[in-house]
Amino acid sequence: MITPEQIKDFLGKSLPISVCETQDLTGGGDHWQLIVVSPAFEGKGLLEQHRLVNEALKEPISDQRIHALALKTFSPSQWEKLGS
Amino acid sequence: MADDIINKIDEKVKNNKVMLYMKGTPDFPQCGFSAHTVEILRSYGVPFATEDVLADPSVRDGIKRYSNWPTIPQIYIDGKFVGGCDIVHELHERGELEPMLKSALGK
Repeated sequence: MITPEQIKDFLGKSLPISVCETQDLTGGGDHWQLIVVSPAFEGKGLLEQHRLVNEALKEPISDQRIHALALKTFSPSQWEKLGS
Repeated sequence: MADDIINKIDEKVKNNKVMLYMKGTPDFPQCGFSAHTVEILRSYGVPFATEDVLADPSVRDGIKRYSNWPTIPQIYIDGKFVGGCDIVHELHERGELEPMLKSALGK
């Protein structure tokens, strides 16, 4: 299992993060849903955006601290459109 | 590097306009994410091919190396890796999946 703070730390080490919302889907601390907004996503397709997050979380994914990960990723401009 | 599994996967991906690597079969999916992906594809009424990675551990491992993507299901449209369940779901919601399918199948 992993904490939201640790997830944010891992992400922050490899990506500039503007928003990171975490949701523990089962209460067990290993099934997570993340909403991540990063300027690094600008101009990139979903596949590339998700790859960046997977890469940033490679360590806790490979050692099973994160067992399942549901991702929603947005560039800041996509995120702004959603909010308006 | 000679790698029979990767070659076999590459051939399938290239020969099927819509190819889904999943756990189980469309009628008997063995995982919720695979089931959801099948459900989305079926909603468009388009033909798609599938392979059950649980039936062959070498494919289960090979497909992850092929796409450099850690999870299953994996969907390929027109020979290109599109993503897993989350991405397919999001493309479906945004209305971007149908044009991708139509353009692949129209060829």
